Order: sequence, then C-alpha cells, then structure tokens
Amino acid sequence: MSIARFVSCTAVTAALLASASVRRASADAPAPRVVEVTARRFEFTPAAIRLRKGETVTLRLRTLDVRHGLFSRPLGIDAEFEPGAARDVTITPRETGTFVVICDRFCGSGHGNMKIAVVVE
Amino acid sequence: MRNTDRRSFLKIAGISIGAGALYRVAPLLGAGREGAGLSRALREANGEPLRPFSFVQLSDTHVGFEGPPDPLGTRAFERAVETINALPEPPELILFTGDLTHDTEDRREHAARLKRFREIAGKLSVQAIHCVPGEHDAALDGGALFRESLGPTSYSFDHRGVHFVGLDNVSRGKPEIGKEQLAWLERDLSRFGPSAPIVVFTHRPLFDLKPEWEWFTDDGDAVMNLLARFENVTVLYGHIHRADHRRIGRADHHAARSLVFAFPDPESGAEKKPLPFRKERPFANLGIRRIAAPGAPGALSIDDVELSAAEFSGTAGIQQLLKGGSFA
Repeated sequence: MSIARFVSCTAVTAALLASASVRRASADAPAPRVVEVTARRFEFTPAAIRLRKGETVTLRLRTLDVRHGLFSRPLGIDAEFEPGAARDVTITPRETGTFVVICDRFCGSGHGNMKIAVVVE
Repeated sequence: MRNTDRRSFLKIAGISIGAGALYRVAPLLGAGREGAGLSRALREANGEPLRPFSFVQLSDTHVGFEGPPDPLGTRAFERAVETINALPEPPELILFTGDLTHDTEDRREHAARLKRFREIAGKLSVQAIHCVPGEHDAALDGGALFRESLGPTSYSFDHRGVHFVGLDNVSRGKPEIGKEQLAWLERDLSRFGPSAPIVVFTHRPLFDLKPEWEWFTDDGDAVMNLLARFENVTVLYGHIHRADHRRIGRADHHAARSLVFAFPDPESGAEKKPLPFRKERPFANLGIRRIAAPGAPGALSIDDVELSAAEFSGTAGIQQLLKGGSFA
C-alpha cells in the first residue's frame, strides 16, 4: 500500500467513525421542541413566537383552508404546506432579534399582511 | 388566450397607455462616440433602425378594488388615461406592470374585472399595450384567466432598437420566476451583445427591497445574473405602490406609482399599511413618472408627476369625482 493510499484509507475510516459518532449523539439528543403553527386566511396562530438563540425548534405547519407559504430569509425558512398534511420545518436561530416571517404564497386579499413575529432571545 | 388574441386587443386599444412612468429613448445616433457605438450594437443586435420614442409605465390599477383605504376605485386609472391622452407627445408603448385587477375567487367576476380593465385601457391613444400580471391577477389560478384575456404572462419584443422583456414572477403563487422561465430568458438574451439596451418589466422587484413585506423575488438574483453582461439594463416594476429607484450593479430598478392607495417608504420604519386617503388631495401619491433620456444611454432624467385633481377641489368637486358617492 502506498503512503498516499494509506493516508486516504485512514482519512476515510476516521470520517466514518466520526459520522457514526455524530449519528449516536444525534439519536441520543432530545427531540427538538415542536411549535404548532396554524394558518388560515389571513392570519397565523400564534401570531408571535419566542425562541432561544441556538435552540433547535420544529415548526409544525398546518393550514385550515388553502395552501400557504412560510418564508424568512434570515431564519432560513422557505416552505409551502397544504390542507390535509402537516409540514415540519426545523430551524436553529443563530441571531437574536425580532424577525417577521411571512406567508409568501399568495392566498387572496389580505395575504400581504399575513405574518408571524418570531422573537429570538 | 393565444397571441393573436392579445394582438387584437392591441389593435382595439389603438395606441399606448400611461401613468406610472414616461420614458423617452434618446436619438442615440447623434449622441457622440458612446451613442454611436450603442447604435451600431443595436443594429447588429436586431436590425431595427434607431429612432427616438417615448413610452409609459402604468401599474397597479386594481380594477375591482373598492372601499377603504381608497374610495376612488378606478377614478385614478381613468384620470391617468386622460392625462396620457393629453400629453403633447404621445407615447408609443405602454408597459403595464401588474395588478391590473383586484383578485376574486369568482371566475366570472374576475373576467368582468379584466373586461373592465380592457375597456378603460382601450381608451388610450397609443400604438401598443404590453402587460405582465401581478399576483392579484394571476396567483390564484396560475395565470389562466389573464392568458385568456390578455395573452402570455411573459414574452419579449423589440421596439426601435430596444429589447423589452416581460417577466412573470407571480403566477407560481410564490414570488419566483422559476427554472423554465429562466431557461427561456437565457435563450432570449443570447442573440444580443453587451451594449444592447434591455428593458425588463415585471411586477415584483427582482431584488430584496423588503422581503418581510414580500417586496422581493426569490430567484431575482438568477435573472440579474443573466443580465449582468449587459451595459444598459433598466428594470421596471410595480407592486410596491410608490416610486422608487435603486441602482444595483449596472442595472437601474424603477418602481412606478400605483393608481390606488400608496404604501409608505420601506425604510421609514412604518408598518406596511396604506397611506391614509386625503380628501383635499384625492390623488396624493398616485400618478405618472416621466423619464427622459436625451443624451447618451444611462443619462435619464426623472420627472414624477402626481395626477392632478385641481378641478375636483371642494365638496362639489369631490362629489363629482365620486359620482355621487361620499367619503367615509
């Protein structure tokens, strides 16, 4: 075995071990907190959500009427969800502040002010 | 609707529309070395002779919208038509940047609103009208009724050496162009050299003006990347119900005033709430922006003109304006 191949195999083995370690840690970690979010024209419930910086949270999205969207570039949210099926979006806010999360799938007059204030502390 | 149907609408309309912005394209042949270079590039690009002309952008009439915060309904649109028809130099084209109608789920009512839009626009004395939809026109049905009534939601054409591109960033429901339209745009632009003047007209802004107010297009960067090699790019849009200009890279992005209620300055810290209606100035913040380019490309001068309501001042005038109605 050449030195180059030995190094390569060693690196792969280390990566696999690291990967397994990550998987174990992930399996052992507590499940993210779930925040239920319900949408209907032209409001989200709740209209405000408080999160902690660095906390991983799953937003469970449901709609009571038509298809809606959920969008925030700073929080990394870009989702659509439709009647009859919940959609999970998991985020880990990295910055504190108040972020306006909008419905970005046009759902009729009033859509333009359909939003959630997400406060990250 | 097929292209032939849209062309028949253009014929019925007579000439072009106006209110939002009037653009004058300069006689570039006499504009010195830079202008001559552009002239040559244009001839090479599309073979059209360069001639000066002007055109107007009209936006956000929301035909069918009623009630607060703007009790005037289509009055400003009708007023804009009169204003454009009275211009000493008639524009050759009208570009309509979306939200021609206000949305409704009732298909028959939506068709009636589109018909009403065509009736008002048809009174304009212009050569051609070109429309792209806004989300209120096309997002609920994927643009089906818009296409049936007015033609394609995206397309391009050349006029006197300028290449115009209408882009649809509303029909997918989300604020996006989509891969299919991007591929079409790339093919469409491929025959032009870097100095060809390109005018893009669309509804939503193609940059992140204020995403938390939905004033953006998610894949707008992809559009601007395709346009990055061009030296003369102007993007005209509506949606934000106020005049705005930003120069980003080598492109100028202009938003036109609306013809129903205006929105506040996005940088003012205000809420996204329409500006209140003012009885003493019923057309406040609604009107025409005229842009002239008398010299070399890029040397635009902007003239914002609020729609006049002088003859409607006083209680009697307001009552006349509302045709017997009354302000809340």
